[in-house]
Amino acid sequence: MNAERISAHASMPSKQPLDRRDRGGQAQPLLSVRSLRKHFVIKKDFFGRPVSQVHAVDGVDFDVLKGETLGIVGESGCGKSTTARLLMQLLKPDAGEVIFDGDPVGKPGGLSLREMRRQVQMVFQNSYASLNPRMSVEESIAFGPQVHGLGKKEANARARKLLDQVGLLPNQFASRYPHELSGGQRQRINIARALALEPRLLILDEAVSALDKSVEAQVLNLLVDLKQEYGLTYLFISHDLNVVRYISDRVMVMYLGRVAEMGESESLYNAPAHPYTRALMSAMPSMDPDNRTQTAPLVGDPPNPIDLPPGCRFCPRCSMAVDKCSVQEPELASLNDQQVGSRQHQSACWRAADVQALAATPISEEVLS
Amino acid sequence: MTAPCVTAHQSSPEQVPLDASSTAEQMVDVQNLKVHFRSPGRFVQAVNGVDLTLAKGEVLTILGESGSGKSVTLRALMRLLPERRTQIHGHIKVAGQDVLAMSRRELSRYRGFTTSMIFQEPMLAFDPVFRIGDQIAETVCRHEGVSHREGLARALELFELVRIPSAKRRLSNYPHELSGGMSQRAMIALALSCRPRLLLADEPTTALDATVQIQILLLLRELQRELGMSVIFVTHDMGVANEISDRIAVMYAGRVVETGSVDEIIRAPRHPYTVGLMQSRASGELKGERLSAIPGSPPDMAFPPQGCAFAPRCSLATDECQQEVPPAKVLGQQHWAACWKL
Amino acid sequence: MTSTSIDVASKVEAPSIAPSRGYWGPVFRRLSRDPVALIAGIILLCILAMALFSPWLAPMDPYKTSMINRLQPIGTPGHWLGTDELGRDMLSRLIYGARLSLLIGVMPIVNAFVIGSAIGIVAGFVGGKTNTVCMRIIDVFYAFPAVLLAIALAGALGAGIVNSLFSLTVVFIPPIARVAESVTTQVRSVDYIEAARASGAGSLKIIRCHVLGNVLSPIFVYATSLVSVSMILASGLSFLGLGARPPMPEWGLMLNTLRDAIYVNPWITILPGVMIFTVSICFNTLSDGLRSAMDVKL
Repeated sequence: MNAERISAHASMPSKQPLDRRDRGGQAQPLLSVRSLRKHFVIKKDFFGRPVSQVHAVDGVDFDVLKGETLGIVGESGCGKSTTARLLMQLLKPDAGEVIFDGDPVGKPGGLSLREMRRQVQMVFQNSYASLNPRMSVEESIAFGPQVHGLGKKEANARARKLLDQVGLLPNQFASRYPHELSGGQRQRINIARALALEPRLLILDEAVSALDKSVEAQVLNLLVDLKQEYGLTYLFISHDLNVVRYISDRVMVMYLGRVAEMGESESLYNAPAHPYTRALMSAMPSMDPDNRTQTAPLVGDPPNPIDLPPGCRFCPRCSMAVDKCSVQEPELASLNDQQVGSRQHQSACWRAADVQALAATPISEEVLS
Repeated sequence: MTAPCVTAHQSSPEQVPLDASSTAEQMVDVQNLKVHFRSPGRFVQAVNGVDLTLAKGEVLTILGESGSGKSVTLRALMRLLPERRTQIHGHIKVAGQDVLAMSRRELSRYRGFTTSMIFQEPMLAFDPVFRIGDQIAETVCRHEGVSHREGLARALELFELVRIPSAKRRLSNYPHELSGGMSQRAMIALALSCRPRLLLADEPTTALDATVQIQILLLLRELQRELGMSVIFVTHDMGVANEISDRIAVMYAGRVVETGSVDEIIRAPRHPYTVGLMQSRASGELKGERLSAIPGSPPDMAFPPQGCAFAPRCSLATDECQQEVPPAKVLGQQHWAACWKL
Repeated sequence: MTSTSIDVASKVEAPSIAPSRGYWGPVFRRLSRDPVALIAGIILLCILAMALFSPWLAPMDPYKTSMINRLQPIGTPGHWLGTDELGRDMLSRLIYGARLSLLIGVMPIVNAFVIGSAIGIVAGFVGGKTNTVCMRIIDVFYAFPAVLLAIALAGALGAGIVNSLFSLTVVFIPPIARVAESVTTQVRSVDYIEAARASGAGSLKIIRCHVLGNVLSPIFVYATSLVSVSMILASGLSFLGLGARPPMPEWGLMLNTLRDAIYVNPWITILPGVMIFTVSICFNTLSDGLRSAMDVKL
């Protein structure tokens, strides 16, 4: 069985460093998002004009580099899942541009929606709801390739091969139905389903959050393996800071529909430059019995993204706020010039430097270890 | 702020011990608890012989994954399981009373006065069409036979106790008007309305955001200290268990496999399952390395394995483990684990 | 290196479960464990067989009148269930009656199931303005009481079996379309539809592969429960003289014509009523059983 599997892998062309679909070369971001915006209208006046709306995503810019894992963290209502759905074009953005490997998506002369959906795939949080209960595992995985014109036989063969890749024996699992499987197994099938179209970018929206810890580790290992195997790029969305730190090269922190901070994950975790990032980190339960959390970093709940405060959105909950914060909204700005382009550590805080100086005090270190 | 409440607590007539044994140190004593569910064509052995003890004023966390039987154990302590489909065997003693032998009437006194419960979903604890203050006042009235006005005063006191800002205004809110963290606090207030001596918490922070979760954990810790309650806290999150508890019991497939003080479980776990759980945590230090995941998935409790339930996933397992369920092995004053390989 | 690491991952999910029984296997297994639904199903099958094989089963010609043997009581030799006001054998008439009664009871539901599901599924899946327009039109029909609408339509079109079939179909389209729309709206927002859309599938393909399979069974269950109402309405129309015409054997019509005999021989009079009652109860019970058997998450 071992030899079989190795030979199966050997026959596959190595996708490293980049596959033939690559256009702009290594330096060009795989995905660029420019001033992406989505407001949900929840109340209209008599003439159909919006009276109150949820600012789910409110002007977000970021790049996903080729071959990296970009983590997105934030609390409920910060817009991280909406961002994922906007990228997949499952929701129509109000404004903004999505550029995939140099081609604007859904614009004349750019990449068609259908083609983009072939190259970008998504794994959802709820492993049960994202599989059709009336379809066998094999049918579910083979559905996508069949939509894109592959014959039934070839599609089923690909499904079986992918089942093997995600660690499920094809003969055992191909004809099963979702309700007969455990959560971890279902999530593996969702991953296989997403990979069936041979995407270049995989969006993982809280893909491991609903799993038990011991199963979560299995799936994380699998994701790391698959990334190497296929030369994938990941957009990893989660509320679990530990998991994001483990898997991501770069991390983006969102708050109320905007990017609060973004940077290489070690730089961001070791020296957070936004008070919100700092609060998130010290809110993680401690794993040291002698060093339990003594005070909560923030008071109250994350506010509703309906009525936004003037100035910085985090200002009303921020312990470091100064007068300026409640007046003018800070833009995302680079902290130092050591790194160039998208790899820079950026923060949307007027007092970013002060916050980073605080990080020298080792509170966050203890909490994380 | 909390002073009137504490004095009220002491003067409460409900504090009269019911019999001699309730004055002993033990708050909860569960012996060989088995809970089986029967439905057409299915027989699930959710809990398979759990022994638990809880001292007065102690906080015990039951740590386990989905399907480990941790919530079922908690519900059995309150006899909240659907009676027709459930078979409960064993002994459950809470504050000296035999819970399984209680009549319907005793049970309704027991729920609320002696013990009370908070859940993961606070919205389910409240009726959406009544004001929160009235609901809490009504509970107080019913259980203590006071007027609605006194009940409302007590509700205000409770809201202040759980640190709800502008408590008076919040009392006249409807459940849907409260945010996640606030409704969780309101539910805690409701649970404390009859001054229970034992609080059962079923994953009360799982659905909350991290910054809110830590607030609720700290609140529960303070309340427990102030009121001297015993608490059994159920969670799947080791970090949460560490923050809240004095002692941890790790459950797997309907059995407690290891228990010990927080220190012993977090720092020096002995059972292979606990060790595996600790090692499979993703963190920044492990970046670029493989996580040492526990292989496989938990057993289907409709068909539990014959020997040690963890054996099929355990790297140390031998034939012996497949044959018979391992007995508890004492490792320290409070520390024991059920494994053949210790 | 990659191959070895994936090997580790594959060991991780060790197979531990029995072979798959497919989707319908467990549904039928659960249905077969439900004695009440099973009995209802068997009774319905018997009545269906009665309708299909009535020329062989019926002891006599259901149209043959006999003035001497009018209104014989139950148990009369030769007429085990007695005779009606024209001396026709009740047993034979009841057996033959199953044909017409089932036809005008079940056919409207079958038609309405096809038309109503189509309207509801399209409206539910497309959503937005189309949905609003479709559903408002449906609501206009729904607002009439079913009996009144059926009588009005059948009355306007004139008596006859075809007309009563048509009017009953119109009566049952709105409720089925409503249910279809609400089920489809629910299914539409589930993640697997989003996943299918994300894999580039068009709306028609999504409806065919993902929506239909998941909405048809709840609609079907609901439609089964409507059969009983339809049976009663159809009998009602016949009773009023708007459906089947005498001397056709049809349970509702028989109830009407035997009405005058109620003081002479009440037991005979209620026999057609018992048949209608049995069939509707059985359809209701069976649809309840189907609903719980189809609940996969059990």
